[in-house]
Amino acid sequence: MDGMTQTGDTWTVAGRTFSSRLVVGTGKYKDLPTTAAAIEASGAEMVTVAVRRVNLSDRNAPMLQDYVSPQHYTYLPNTAGCFTADEAVRTLRLAREAGGWNLVKLEVLGPPPLLYPDMAATLLAAEALIKDGFEVMVYCSDDPVAAKRLEDMGCVAIMPLGAPIGSGLGVQNPLMIQSIIENAKVPVLVDAGVGTAWDAAFAMELGCDAVLVNSAIALADDPVLMARAMKAGVEAGRFAFRAGRIPRKGFASASSPMTGLIR
Amino acid sequence: MSNTLELLALTVNGEPMQVPPGTTLAGLIARLELDTRKVAVERNLEIVPRSTYGAVALSAGDALEIVHFIGGG
Repeated sequence: MDGMTQTGDTWTVAGRTFSSRLVVGTGKYKDLPTTAAAIEASGAEMVTVAVRRVNLSDRNAPMLQDYVSPQHYTYLPNTAGCFTADEAVRTLRLAREAGGWNLVKLEVLGPPPLLYPDMAATLLAAEALIKDGFEVMVYCSDDPVAAKRLEDMGCVAIMPLGAPIGSGLGVQNPLMIQSIIENAKVPVLVDAGVGTAWDAAFAMELGCDAVLVNSAIALADDPVLMARAMKAGVEAGRFAFRAGRIPRKGFASASSPMTGLIR
Repeated sequence: MSNTLELLALTVNGEPMQVPPGTTLAGLIARLELDTRKVAVERNLEIVPRSTYGAVALSAGDALEIVHFIGGG
C-alpha cells in the first residue's frame, strides 16, 4: 500500500476531516507540560476544552492555549459542569466568542454519582444551540431512540457514553452502542468510560468513528505512555473493524491441514 | 478643588470591583492585565463581541463574566 491508501481512512464531522480517530480531553492532568506531551503522543487532532472564569487573583497563571495551541489542534469547547440547558447555551456562546468556533461538544449532566446525561435537558439545549448556528457534537446516553432524535434535530455527531465519566469501566452496553452506530448517518464517537487501551480498541471494533478519552490518559501513572497505548488501541480496533472479524463458533476448526499426515 | 467622581461598582466573576467612571470594557481588561485574544466577556448575560470592547462604557451595577479556556474532558 502506498502512503495515501494507508492514511486515506479519515472521518469527517461538520466538514472537517481528521486522520486520527482518537479525540482527547485536556482535563485532570497534573500540569500543563504533561498535558501537552500526552496530547502530542496521542496523535489526536481534536481536543476538548472547558470554559471557566478567569482567575482574577492569579492572572499570570499559565494558560492552556500556551501549551496546546488552537492553531495546531481543533478545540472542541465543552459544557462540562452544566446541569441545565440554559447554562450549557450560555457557556457555549462564550466559547464561540473566545475562540470563534461553531463546533462544540454539548453535555448536560444529571446528578452525581453517575453524572449520567440528562437527555431531556440535552434535547432542549441542542435545539437552542442549533437554532443559534452552532454545530453540535452531543454527549448522550446509550439510547438509540434519543440518539436518532438528536441526529434528526441536526446534531453533527452523536457521542454516547461507554460508561460513566471517569469510571474506566469500558463499553458497558455494546449492543446499544452498535445499534446507534448502525442507525446513524453522522459520526458516532464513544465518549466517556474508557479505562485502558483495550476499551478503546473494543469501541472501535464496534464500528464507531472515533473514541474520546480523557481520564484514562491523564490519570494513568505514565500519561504519555498511556496516550501512545490509546493511539495504538484505536488504530488496532479500527483495522480490525475494517478487516472484518471471523464469526464466533462453538466448535474448533483446525488451523493446520488435516491431510498428508504421516502414518 | 475636588474632582472626586464616584467610582462605579461592578461585579466581575462574582467579585465586587470598583472602576472610575468612563471606564470601557477594553480599559477594564487592560487594568486586569488580561489578553483580549484569550478571553470572552458576558455583560449582564449578553455576549460582548470582542471588536466592541473599546466602545462599551461600563455602568454601575454591571455584572461581568470574563472566561477563558482551561483543561477539560
